[in-house]
Amino acid sequence: MISTSARKNGKGTRPPLKGVRVWAVAFWLLLWQLGAIALGQRLLLPSPTEVLVCLARLAVTADFWRSVGWSAARIFSGFLIACAAGTVLAGLSARFQAVRELLCPLVTAAKAVPVVSFIILALVWLPSRQLSLFISALMVFPTVYLNLLEGVDHTDRRLLEMARVFRVPLGRRLRDIYLPQALPWFRSACSLGLGLCWKSGVAAEVIGLPGGSVGEQLYTAKVYLETPELFAWTVTIVAVSAVFEKLILGLLDRIGTKEARP
Amino acid sequence: MTAEIRNLSKAYGGVRVLRDVNLTLVPGITCLMAASGAGKTTLVRILLGLELPDVGTVTGLETARLSAVFQEDRLLERQDAAGNLRFVLGAAYDEGRAAELLRELGLDGVDGKPAGEYSGGMKRRLALARALSVPFDFLALDEPFTGLDGENRKRAIACIRRHAAGKTVLLVTHDMEDAAGLNAKIVGLE
Repeated sequence: MISTSARKNGKGTRPPLKGVRVWAVAFWLLLWQLGAIALGQRLLLPSPTEVLVCLARLAVTADFWRSVGWSAARIFSGFLIACAAGTVLAGLSARFQAVRELLCPLVTAAKAVPVVSFIILALVWLPSRQLSLFISALMVFPTVYLNLLEGVDHTDRRLLEMARVFRVPLGRRLRDIYLPQALPWFRSACSLGLGLCWKSGVAAEVIGLPGGSVGEQLYTAKVYLETPELFAWTVTIVAVSAVFEKLILGLLDRIGTKEARP
Repeated sequence: MTAEIRNLSKAYGGVRVLRDVNLTLVPGITCLMAASGAGKTTLVRILLGLELPDVGTVTGLETARLSAVFQEDRLLERQDAAGNLRFVLGAAYDEGRAAELLRELGLDGVDGKPAGEYSGGMKRRLALARALSVPFDFLALDEPFTGLDGENRKRAIACIRRHAAGKTVLLVTHDMEDAAGLNAKIVGLE
């Protein structure tokens, strides 16, 4: 009984977890270190220290940054294209039922078809240099489109009616009614999409092997059984993805705060 | 501006809400009084162009500039009073005029506070300020005094009388005193 009322007051629920805790990272690193020591085979599982040393060795080379820049430019471009296309098409779908119906099979297919199928198909159609851009855009698009459409669908109809009676122009309706409503949905889509674009984009590079990409470096490390390097590149991908997520979500949060300010 | 409502009927899912309504709205305040569920709000929604009647016609409002206090406040909750007025007025927003209107309704001194943090009565007065801030030919007031105490009710009535003088106004209320305070012509809805 007590717990029920506490929950009703919002006191019984845990606050949402914001960010990764240092102690949790330390725990998993320690476990990894102990596992590597216990296994004693660098080829199968290098220790975090070995990976860090390898990463430090890579990070001072121009090739490392060139590869990161090369992949980041294409994968992030794919993400931006998906955001732009998802936003425009979600707007059109919200307005025109026919557009929504037309896009439904395409979006369902994009969601359900395994990413490798798309990668192999895209390799037939496109030069490998454009592969990661195309694949990341294709993987992120459904998330942005569906989330935004959901956000727009949840817009307060009563406010829209009010705007209609007062003949408020579309621009102001978009800014003051749709944007505050859709922004949290868009943020959530970006959070998901940023992880997704790196996973799918690098997977495409590993299969397509465009010269100078992170995917190619990963593949090379695997071929030469350079496991610490494989781990170092993986850590790099996770770090770059996290930096992009921080930047984009930070920017969206600033827009949200600015918009909320009277 | 005169609005003619002829033989208006409306049903939702087989339940008839309005049946053969005939009404002429002339400049001045017309007060529509009826029991709950008699279709007052539906009639207001039809007049505002938010619903289509099943049968009947409304003429005279086709080109009219409309304004309304809805049954709910329908405010931009994250915006302050000025933001809500700016939303409907756009470039026509006049800071001095807006401040005067808010002062008349006892909403001065709440600058910067989002409407979502207002009390029920303050929200209602802001909804009224918004309706009176725009140029209009026809004003629909659906229970505009809900949640207002005696003092604020008097303020609101005085404000409506001042800003809606000579305009066609339809007031929906249960309170005979409000209708009397506004010198409204009372009509019933069966």
